[in-house]
Amino acid sequence: MTAKPTAARENILKVSDLAVSYGGIQALKSVSFEVKTGEIVSLIGANGAGKTTTLRAVSSLVPYTGTVEFKSKSGEVLNLATVPQHRIVKFGLAHSPEGRGVFPNLTVLENLQMGAFSRTDKEEIAQDLELCFASFPRLKERVKQKAGTLSGGEQQMLAIARALMAKPSLLLLDEPSLGLAPLIVAQIFEIIKKINSEGMTVLLVEQNARMALKISDRAYVVETGKISFSGRGKDLLGDPRIIDSYLGGH
Amino acid sequence: MDQSSAQEFIQHLINGISLGSIYALIALGYTMVYGILQLINFAHSEVYMVGAFAAYYTGKGLGLDQHPGFGALFALLLAAVVVCSILGVTIERLAYRPLRKAPKLNILITAIGVSLLLQYSGQIIFGADPKLFPEVIKDVTVFQLGGVEVRSLDITILVVGTLVMIGLHFLVHATKIGTAMRAVSSNTMVARLMGINVDQVISFTFVIGSSLAGIASVLVGLKYPKIDPLMGMLFGIKAFVAAVLGGIGSLPGAMLGGVILGLSEEMVVGYLSSTYRDALAFGILIVILLFRPSGLLGSQTREKV
Repeated sequence: MTAKPTAARENILKVSDLAVSYGGIQALKSVSFEVKTGEIVSLIGANGAGKTTTLRAVSSLVPYTGTVEFKSKSGEVLNLATVPQHRIVKFGLAHSPEGRGVFPNLTVLENLQMGAFSRTDKEEIAQDLELCFASFPRLKERVKQKAGTLSGGEQQMLAIARALMAKPSLLLLDEPSLGLAPLIVAQIFEIIKKINSEGMTVLLVEQNARMALKISDRAYVVETGKISFSGRGKDLLGDPRIIDSYLGGH
Repeated sequence: MDQSSAQEFIQHLINGISLGSIYALIALGYTMVYGILQLINFAHSEVYMVGAFAAYYTGKGLGLDQHPGFGALFALLLAAVVVCSILGVTIERLAYRPLRKAPKLNILITAIGVSLLLQYSGQIIFGADPKLFPEVIKDVTVFQLGGVEVRSLDITILVVGTLVMIGLHFLVHATKIGTAMRAVSSNTMVARLMGINVDQVISFTFVIGSSLAGIASVLVGLKYPKIDPLMGMLFGIKAFVAAVLGGIGSLPGAMLGGVILGLSEEMVVGYLSSTYRDALAFGILIVILLFRPSGLLGSQTREKV
């Protein structure tokens, strides 16, 4: 992993004792973790462990107990439970959901415009759109096409690009490798690394533990609604507990 | 086909399209709300009824039938649109929003309840006897085309209907709030992640849908001037059939469904018997539900994995 600027190493996100119940079933028991500015942090774990629920709680899509503190673009630390859900993006937290969630009936351009919904700076949005097309030339070719007609990999690129159009300071990425061919997965992870190297803080949720750990500064392992252990990405790649459970042994 | 029967056919065609564009306006309200909330808003036909009464009392209060013309028409449309918007948003706020997380059936039954409430309140407040809608557009023959009479009311209905639908198309496809409406309708959860205030978009959808019902109510009042508090029942359910025919949730579908229903009704009345007029709509509904439940233009697209 290349060295990153060490200047700003404060928490951008701090999650404490997060718990979520769906109709009597406790999906999250007690999840605590933090993300520091400039990092890529992964939550890895099996299907149903509570990774996606964690991200949904952070974005206030599901009710939760515990606290989620987020340092907004203006530097103010917010308790997200007190912020109206639709204003969270404006403060700098963008979330690319599981299953990509592109709007299939909207064009690629309209999807990107919806990514910038919370913004009002028209000229900068236009500039960011150009930057986005420079990074994702495939999307530019398909700008007038309905997002539902894109391939899975293209849809994932669109989902990431759309989240970036919000101009966030923290990007939540839920299972970007889901259902994609290995070659495409590698491309997507290259993109994530590149975005991070340009300064974006990323909180990544992945079942593909190997890929996630390779690019992560730190990672947390989620098991049945709890964090079971955590560590540096590189270290966890060689950790026997990870190798046995998540990397399929040797 | 000899000349007189050709003339007759064209006459029916004009009448049918004019009736159809009114169905289309109401059908759009059903389909928009369905697209956003997956709710058949049964109270929509009563919003339409209240619009007709709002226009009636405005016309009467201002004595507009003494001063017919486009100014008077505009005043009636404005009154109906304002009252319908307020009513539509109020219904959503008080009856549907508290049930946002409840099972879909609860909110559907609530919609039927609101519909009945408005029908019977209408009978108490407005009286059950029919009222004569102010004649703000005199129905005269504007021109004759090869023996076919083109009348001012039909032209008015067609022009207003077409302008409104073009306006709606622009709103939905070329504005930020319109794109947000389509985003919410496509995936509400993801729309929330974009920072879209979904409740606001829903309210806005009710404003637009109810306004269209208000406009339709004035056009109906002009064409069929007897209005009463139960006028929404049959007309509303037919507009709903039009929405299902076109594919519920699809805006072009609602327009197409409305025009097809209006045309077929007019042809049935013209060539068979007016007895079958209402049976036709429900016949169409049954056939559509049997053979193409998603409607003519309904979405059958699935998301790629």
